[in-house]
Amino acid sequence: MNDGQSAETIVGRGAKEGAALFREWFQTLTEAPARGEKAAYVFVMGSMAEVLRAFDFHTVFPEINSLQTAVRRVAHEYLNDAEDYGYSPDICGYVKADFAVQLRGGDHPMGRIPPPALAVYTNACNTYIKWAEIWERMYHVPIFTLDVPGTRAAGEQTWPGHPDFENDKRYVGAQIKELIALCEEVSGRKFDVDRLREVMGHANAMIRAWKRLLELNRSTPAVFNALTDGTVYLGMSNGFRGTPEGAAYFNRVVEEMEYKTAHGLGTLTEEKYRLIFVGVPCYPIFRRFNEMFAEWGGAFVSSTYLWFASGGTNYGWEYDLSRPLDSLAEGVLISVRHAMDSMFFQDRALIDMVGPYQVDGVVFHPIKSCRTTSTGQADTRRAVMAAADVGSLFIESDMMDKRVVSEAQLKNRIDAFFEGLATRKQLAGGG
Amino acid sequence: MTTRILDGRPYSPLDEVLYWCRELVEDPDFPTVRQWRENGGKVLGHFQVYFPEEIAHAAGMLPFKMRGAALEARQAEARFGSYLCSIIKTSLELALSGRVQLDMFVSHPICDVARNLAAVWGRNFPYPCQILYLPQNANSAHSAQYLCDEYARLKREVEGVAGRTIADDDLRSAIAVFNENRRLMRRLYAIKRDTPWLLPADEAYVLVSIGGMIPREEHNELLKAVIPQIEARTAKPQDRIRVVFEGGFCEQPPLDLLRTISQSMYVVDDDLLIGLRWILEDVPMAGDPLMNLAEAYLEKSSYSPVQHDLRKPKEKMLLERMRAARASAAIITAAKMCEPGLDEQVAYVKALDEHGTPYFVSEFEENMTSFDHLQIQLETFVENLLFA
Repeated sequence: MNDGQSAETIVGRGAKEGAALFREWFQTLTEAPARGEKAAYVFVMGSMAEVLRAFDFHTVFPEINSLQTAVRRVAHEYLNDAEDYGYSPDICGYVKADFAVQLRGGDHPMGRIPPPALAVYTNACNTYIKWAEIWERMYHVPIFTLDVPGTRAAGEQTWPGHPDFENDKRYVGAQIKELIALCEEVSGRKFDVDRLREVMGHANAMIRAWKRLLELNRSTPAVFNALTDGTVYLGMSNGFRGTPEGAAYFNRVVEEMEYKTAHGLGTLTEEKYRLIFVGVPCYPIFRRFNEMFAEWGGAFVSSTYLWFASGGTNYGWEYDLSRPLDSLAEGVLISVRHAMDSMFFQDRALIDMVGPYQVDGVVFHPIKSCRTTSTGQADTRRAVMAAADVGSLFIESDMMDKRVVSEAQLKNRIDAFFEGLATRKQLAGGG
Repeated sequence: MTTRILDGRPYSPLDEVLYWCRELVEDPDFPTVRQWRENGGKVLGHFQVYFPEEIAHAAGMLPFKMRGAALEARQAEARFGSYLCSIIKTSLELALSGRVQLDMFVSHPICDVARNLAAVWGRNFPYPCQILYLPQNANSAHSAQYLCDEYARLKREVEGVAGRTIADDDLRSAIAVFNENRRLMRRLYAIKRDTPWLLPADEAYVLVSIGGMIPREEHNELLKAVIPQIEARTAKPQDRIRVVFEGGFCEQPPLDLLRTISQSMYVVDDDLLIGLRWILEDVPMAGDPLMNLAEAYLEKSSYSPVQHDLRKPKEKMLLERMRAARASAAIITAAKMCEPGLDEQVAYVKALDEHGTPYFVSEFEENMTSFDHLQIQLETFVENLLFA
């Protein structure tokens, strides 16, 4: 914590600096082809930025590009293009928006998205694989599946030293070596293990800061909004993973949040209820969606989104730089597996958060576009409700498609949820 | 094998065999599975698409292919939200309603819904429920070794449930049974391909599908008995177009949908229940049986929208399937809300357009009951081809 700084200079710094860096990032992407620089298309759950940055590939996140079209309220234009081409209204909106961006030659509200020189993706979401197959057909570029075996059954994760873990690690490690060979081929450059170690060092700094940042929201009041501020942080953590700028940014965000913690400063919401958000936000009406909670004093203190969309960075597994390749395999396996656990086996983690984060309610938000994050939510809700004394809300909409977002219906449900929370508080207080 | 299931059922005449097979396949109470369990046998339920059934068989368990059912998912609906395929709900409903009782459940990362299913199942039942992580990078040099290790892990789990160890010779015996089964199913599909007037799609379907719910030795006996009877049929070829049906790799279309299609055209190949026919050649008997199974999965296998393999672009594989079956058109379907199926439809249609091959696109749901509209559309499609 830096006591030498004032609230004016430190509070809100993360949001401003994040927005500026974000714009710079898209500008860099726009200018990359003119500079002869190559881009790798990647995803938020296992971007493999450590390897790709070691070859100086730009990392392009089509998920982030797509959500930006929704936040900027033009997603429907892109969705229409893709559906006109033949894609079903019932598939992932991110895929369709990105497909339309490609059809438009990379034209995007934030700039021009460069075409891929290669695509690298894990199996954390099956749609990643189908998505990459589209680029393979469009651009005839190499696509690489980094297959990361996930947890086989609830609570049965294995760890270093266990034979099953070591089998999985050998598989991930072998694939990383194959990825490096592919990167050498596409970039025309030799692999430099010291450069990899340097990138992993920056990633380590971000991992430490990310874990700390999430822990700081145990404070009352919460120091950041896990839904809105959290989305900014997610964009930064993915776009700047493995860079000195990214590491410095998150160190400064942690500094800001520690300052707020020390001075009892919360978010813009007058906090009455502490909430956890499960799933992916409703981007077509993002600001209004948050307002519907904030108006009641609902503050999002955490979200599963901050877990899985950070690629499991929240777990906090840091690389051992003395054995970079081996440690990278270990770290990718553990982190991406954790991201998957945050979607498929999230019930235990949610239940365990209720106490430390003083949670009043859990908001489940399954969406049409994403079956990965949505399929298990109704059953998870049952499990959480059976084990923890919290309120819960189950609302459905979408992250991209405003045709299935009914603001009035959402508001009705959200209002009823808060009325229920108020009654619970009243009863708990003996009133 | 714990018990025989089909004793007492006649293997001829053919029409009678097809009748009781259809009754069993369409019965949402799955009486063959119930009978197996009532006789003391244990059941391993495996969700679509592919599962190495030999491992369960070698442990003396009944591998039961879970592919949904035509029923209302009353209890399962409460465990899921909207925008999901039907098969996921009806499969869970089978267990929640007690129609099917399992001793172990295995799902696969074929899609984002199926992977969630193992976790949902595990929260609702006390027996082992897990994900079998079949490799999604079929092109890694390490994939076969990884899968062999994964099968060894699965074998340990199965041994725990079965209460017995599985020796290599147990696995080899199971592989022999399944090799024979796959040979017989290939013969059945050869009849569809070469003399489709002898075997409509819906009849072929029930003869394959029943294999997923009875001991495979008995399925072999059944197929050995019926194949000569099919070949001996006297039906004459008609002037119908030859089509490939694509889109039945996971959720299954109702039998009446297949019958409706068969009334207008010959279905000469398809991807229905492709998991049962995934391995295209005999799995070697010599050597490490788990490695042999792993290599067969990766190297001697069919294709589907849920397996990514750079060597097998799906649209090229479809065109190859059509060429091998001498099909002149394709029916490109997808189950409603099936993301991989719907994604693939676009690639299939584009490839067929480029190839100048006619196709018919539709969606289906396992619980659909009205086919009149579909029939009119299909007849129009056929007329357009015949009189173009």
